[in-house]
Amino acid sequence: MSFSNAVAIVGVGETDYSRASGRTELALSLQAIRAALDDAGIEPRDVDGLMKWWVDTSTEAEVAANLGIPDLAWWGEVNQAGNVGAPLVAHAAAAIHAGLANVVVIYRGVNGRSGRRYGRGDVTGQGGRGAGAFTEPHGLLTPQHGLAMVARRRMHDTGIASRHFGMQAVAQRRHANRNPRATFYGRTLSLEEHQASRLIVDPFHLFDCCLETDGGGALVLASADRARELGKPLVLIRAAAQSGPGVGSPAVRGAKRLFDMAGIGRGDVDVIQIYDHFGPFVLFALEDYGFVDDAAPLVEEGGTDFDSGRLPVNTSGGHLSEAYLQGINHLIEATRQVRGESTAQVRDVRFSFCDTGIGTGSVILERGES
Amino acid sequence: MSGWRFERPPNLPLPQPTEEAQPFFDALKERRLVVQCCSNCGALQHPPRAMCGSCQAMTFHWEEMSGKGCVYSYVVTHQAVHPALAGHTPLATVEVELAEGPHITSNLVDVLPEAVKIGMAVEVVFERVVAGVVLALFRHSGAADSAISN
Repeated sequence: MSFSNAVAIVGVGETDYSRASGRTELALSLQAIRAALDDAGIEPRDVDGLMKWWVDTSTEAEVAANLGIPDLAWWGEVNQAGNVGAPLVAHAAAAIHAGLANVVVIYRGVNGRSGRRYGRGDVTGQGGRGAGAFTEPHGLLTPQHGLAMVARRRMHDTGIASRHFGMQAVAQRRHANRNPRATFYGRTLSLEEHQASRLIVDPFHLFDCCLETDGGGALVLASADRARELGKPLVLIRAAAQSGPGVGSPAVRGAKRLFDMAGIGRGDVDVIQIYDHFGPFVLFALEDYGFVDDAAPLVEEGGTDFDSGRLPVNTSGGHLSEAYLQGINHLIEATRQVRGESTAQVRDVRFSFCDTGIGTGSVILERGES
Repeated sequence: MSGWRFERPPNLPLPQPTEEAQPFFDALKERRLVVQCCSNCGALQHPPRAMCGSCQAMTFHWEEMSGKGCVYSYVVTHQAVHPALAGHTPLATVEVELAEGPHITSNLVDVLPEAVKIGMAVEVVFERVVAGVVLALFRHSGAADSAISN
């Protein structure tokens, strides 16, 4: 029996987003967790589960000690890359449903600009070791290099061109311009500016690349029964799926598991968040998850704008224009859309979809009856 | 573009191969491009692994490739996202699909970064980069550019 609609997201919270937080990554996480618990109306002493990104520098022991958790019953992390947000939700929901924990906090705190910068090959590279022996001597040194290689081939195989990447970047910037938390709040972007922006790794222009951000975010999960007692708009986890290595696109395989568990169709989804370390992958994901056969005409018609009535995508601004927090900000926004609390609110949201990394994890949230 | 020749940024990392990968780099020193081949089912796999992903056998030999292939994809680095790239951009890196099937990462020695195209027919050249290290690079061959990528 699945955990579908048996577990809820009961709290969300984040810190300010900046280029130089002046705080430790642990402090950012703790601040975000306090905000999420306040949002939920749950005391730290009631938390008995912790989950984090495997790349997070904190330990569950120091987080538990700082929060004064009296009895940590369950903890864990999911590994791979930055793309583990939805998988963490799946693990936490399964744990709650199985009775291993009652209240689980999922968090991520990172000094991604003032500290370790993921866009730097001397930070993320392997120094020619491991699989890097075959790629780094030839100049593939960062995550963006491998992804640009995939994107270039996909452009060749489909009708998607750089201007389409730009159209999605512009849509997300419009969303960020409505979101006071966003790094690019107050700074507009035109398609011409996108196309004229410098190439970082061709085919990626500057505005195809995510921000580098200092900040933290957190989610609080509990059973649907507990959620109903809290008196907030009810955000149920209708479905969650992971999708790892295998044959073909992880999104194609993961989408089948996700929508099978949800028992709904793509057309039932009201609003979409997609992990955008690089904006082009938003368009690829829309196709791979089966929302559209061809993403190019969708963005040409402005179909990903929050008020388009079509397929609103990345309504907080996403990694391109809100903050790069490895998808926890996407999960927070997906939750806010169900609650009716987004700064680019889509009307009458029942089903809210969130991918947290090129198909490797996804969730569908549903507005429940309180 | 006549006369232009690729100059590898000298401070890019050098291969630090695992034990499984070492024979690939040893063969390059003998001017041979080889790929790991399963001794049970004949499947080629690159980069090499401990187990055959097709039949799960764990015994392998090294099959010499023709060195011919075509450009499957490419990127051009414009921003020096690694100190070794400073002063060495734009730099094109290509993913070559070998005629035998495997894909390998490399650079083109005789094609300007802005002229690289998917489908270009290429053939291997061996370049000694420092003492004891030879890399497999590629040049645009006389063969017709491939239709496999269209």
